[in-house]
Order: sequence, then C-alpha cells, then structure tokens
Amino acid sequence: MKETQTATVNATITKNRKNVIEITHLKKRFGDQEVLKDVSLQLLNGENLVVLGKSGSGKSVLIKCIVRLMTPDEGTIKVFGEDISALNSDGLTEIRKKIGFLFQSGALYDSMNVKENLEFPLRRIKNKLNQDAIDEKIREVLENVGLSDALYKMPSQLSGGMRKRISLARTIVIDPEILLYDEPTTGLDPVTSDEISLLINDIQKKYKTSSIIITHDIECVRSTADRVIMLHEGFIYQEGKLEEFEKSKDPLIKSFFK
Amino acid sequence: MKKLSSVIKVKPIRINTSKHTIRLTEKTFVKIENANYFFTDVANFFMFFSLTVKETFSRQFEFKEFLRQCYQIGYKTLALISVIGFIIGLVLTIQARPALVTFGAVAMLPNMVALSLIKEMGPVITALICAGKIGSGMGAEIGSMKVTEQIDAMEVSSTNPMRYLIVTRVLAATLMIPLLILYADLLGILGSWVGVNIKGEVNYVLFFTQSFSHFQFSDFVPALIKSFFFGGVIGFVGCYKGYTAGRGTESVGKAANSAVVLSSLLVIIVDLIAVQITDML
Repeated sequence: MKETQTATVNATITKNRKNVIEITHLKKRFGDQEVLKDVSLQLLNGENLVVLGKSGSGKSVLIKCIVRLMTPDEGTIKVFGEDISALNSDGLTEIRKKIGFLFQSGALYDSMNVKENLEFPLRRIKNKLNQDAIDEKIREVLENVGLSDALYKMPSQLSGGMRKRISLARTIVIDPEILLYDEPTTGLDPVTSDEISLLINDIQKKYKTSSIIITHDIECVRSTADRVIMLHEGFIYQEGKLEEFEKSKDPLIKSFFK
Repeated sequence: MKKLSSVIKVKPIRINTSKHTIRLTEKTFVKIENANYFFTDVANFFMFFSLTVKETFSRQFEFKEFLRQCYQIGYKTLALISVIGFIIGLVLTIQARPALVTFGAVAMLPNMVALSLIKEMGPVITALICAGKIGSGMGAEIGSMKVTEQIDAMEVSSTNPMRYLIVTRVLAATLMIPLLILYADLLGILGSWVGVNIKGEVNYVLFFTQSFSHFQFSDFVPALIKSFFFGGVIGFVGCYKGYTAGRGTESVGKAANSAVVLSSLLVIIVDLIAVQITDML
C-alpha cells in the first residue's frame, strides 16, 4: 500500500498557514466493518482539500466525525485547536457555529419553504440579528447562488440542482469559517455539476473559507482542488497536489483520472 | 461484532453435561439474537424516554414548533374525529335500543350511551384512531427526516433535535389528544340524540339532561386522566419509532407501521391499568 505523507505537499505554502482541522490516527468501525483504519490529515487555512475515493471508502464518515455526527473509535480530531471528542455540548455548539456542512442529499427541511430553511440556522446561530438583517442576509446568499426568486418555494418544487444550490445557500448563510461538502455534485447533470463546482470556488474566494470536499467526481476535483487526498480501504492512499495525481502512473489513481 | 448465527452456520455445537447432551444449532443462536435485539430495543426505549423527559425540562423550549404541532395534531384530525365520534354515538344508540326496550328501560338510553362514551369508548376509540393517524404520521415524518439527513442538518445547525422534534411533538400530542377525545365524546352524544330521534322524538334539552342525570364527577376525571396518558404514549411511540428508524427508505414504512402497532397496544395496556386503578379507588 502506498502511503505518501504530507512531504509531497509543497512545504513553502504550508509553512505559513495554520491548520484549521487536524486529524490524527482516526479509526472508525461499524460492527465487523472497519471503515477508517488509520487516517491522519490537516486542513490548512483558506485551502480547498478534496478527499477522493471509491464509494464506501469512508469519505462521508470522515467529515461526519469532524462535526461529531459520528464518534470516532480512536484518534483525535482538532478543529481550531479544540479536541472535538473532549468538548461538552456548549463547546461543541460553539465549534459547529463555525462549520457549514453541505449534505449529500441537500437535507432541506421538507416542511419549510426556502426562506424558512435559510432562517432556521440563522436564528439559532446568529440570534442577535433582527428581522431586517436576516432578510438582507437571505437575499444576499440567494443572490450568490443565483436563486433570488425561489424565496417562497417549497423543497418539493425545486429541481435537484436548485436543491443543492439552496442547501449551499443555507450552509453559507451563517458565515462559516470551514465548509464541509459531502459529494456536492452527486446525482446532477454535467452542466449543473460544473455550476456547483464554480460556485464552490466563488464561495471560497468571497467568504475566505477553508473547505473539505468529499467527491468522486473528477471534474469537480479538477475545478476545486488545492490539494487532494485519496482514501482507499480505510487508509490515505495518496496525498498531494492535483498535478501529481494527474501524472500518476498508479493504476488505482489512473482509474479515477482517465 | 459478529452475528452469533453466523458463527454456528458451519456445524452445530454439542455441549455434554453429566445427564444430557445439549445441541446448539443455528436456530438456537438466531433465537438468542432475537431475544438480544428485543432487550436492546426495550433498553433503548427507556433511554429515549428518559432523554425526552430531561429535554422537556431544559432551559429552551421550542414554543413556535410546539404550536405548529398542536395545529397539526389537533386541527388536522378534527374532521376524522368528528365523523367517527358522531357515528359511534349513533351506532351505539341504534344497537342498544332494542335490548333496553325488552327490559322497559329505554329511558336510560341517553345516560347509558353518555356513560359508555365518556368512560370508555370515546377515549379508547379516539386514541386508537389517533395512533393510526398521528402516530404513523410522526413515525414516517421523523423517519424520513432521518433518512434524508435532515436531523443531522438540524444538529449541525446547533439545534437539539430531541428538543425541537421530539419534545414538541410528545407535548402537543399529550395536550391535543385529550381535547380530541372530549370533542369526540360530545359528537358521540350528539350522534346518540340523532339515533334516539330516528325511532321517536326527544327534545335535545331533555336528551342532554337525561344523558348527564346520573353522571358524577368521578366518572369523568379518570377518563380525562387516562386520555392524557394515551396522548403521551401515542406521541412518544411515534417519535421513538421515527427517530430510531434505519437509514434506508424501507425503514420509514417500517417505522410508521410499528409506531401504529406499538402505540395501539400500549393504549390498550394503559387503559387496562387505568381501569384497574379506578376500580380499586
């Protein structure tokens, strides 16, 4: 098994940037199945880190462990220097306020319209905002995702691409410092996938976020990645810059980068 | 953890004691596993209950969501309860009348119907209808929220899903189902008046006076108290089954179905306990 560590990453870039997420020897199992066997990685401030891998390789489990939707069996996860596993519920809430999570299915609340969906995290996380400020913020994020006219639509009235965009709007409405994308382009047509990938880049530039993007869509990797990590059978198989992956002769990597 | 039944799949295990040889087959292990799942489920049920109670008395209460649930449970079930309550009163009157005529006790008909409706039939039948409509609705809604990661999204948005989804629904059901039961009782008595008037003519003032002529406060209070328990049971079981649903879409249907089965069963058991306690007092 190939296990190239951070050495392959350009040291001059990483030297001056702080780690916002630091994962060390993470292990997670479900019954008989050991999904993450030993994963260590860092997310640097302001970078887009793409985690690539086959379905079932533990990519989604990895980011769910970061926000403690799942509890790791072993290893530590530090977000802004805080050990996630050691935090009490108030501490966890404070950390979660700084993290936006785009779910694979969009996870829009079916019983609420778009406006209510966007208001929901805003009212809980930015609870000092008045109604005018909330409305202004909602208008701004909807404009950013190009769906200003969808304010009063129900999730059932939206197409797959629109749902993803609204989910993205809900993720950025709280001004997060870290964004976790769980397969942002899955189930979308190539044109909409490209639009979402561009949107991810625009959001990173505009909001100065650091992101982990979980995907197996190579076009999305090409348009968004600053650095790539490939997960395979619970381990980090390869880590490096996109160009290194593109030039790799490794059969597994080549099967992704055709 | 390996499944016990998969361990024994190859060949049975024999245990020799001084008198007998015990043969443990795959079937035996499947039985042990099933018993294990049952006890795990019971333990989870009580843990979920204690968590719900704890969150009920927490600092923040989701009042807006509670009101929305009261509307969903109360107002949206009103039409169904109206029809069923009215028909139960009507049918009960039509069926009881010939028997009472035989004994020359037809004058007792309004009182008998009112008493049986308020003490037993109204609460139990309404609760069973609510278990079907409200319990399954809650199981399916929360189950599908879990499958589509909406509950995870809520948690990430710094919202406690137990407080927002479960406590509000359980409390709304506990408050609204007794009100629906009272309403069904009234509609049942109205249905009974219509039933009496099919074969005769009785003024509604006289009918209602007769209905409550032998009625005592002690007849009403136990029925009201058990109605609150019915409401709590239906709300809690619906939420529990939805919240503990699996990840696939199939589990949503299972959650809705088992919510109805378990809440109906518990309504009958609570009724039995309530009747025993009332009888002792």
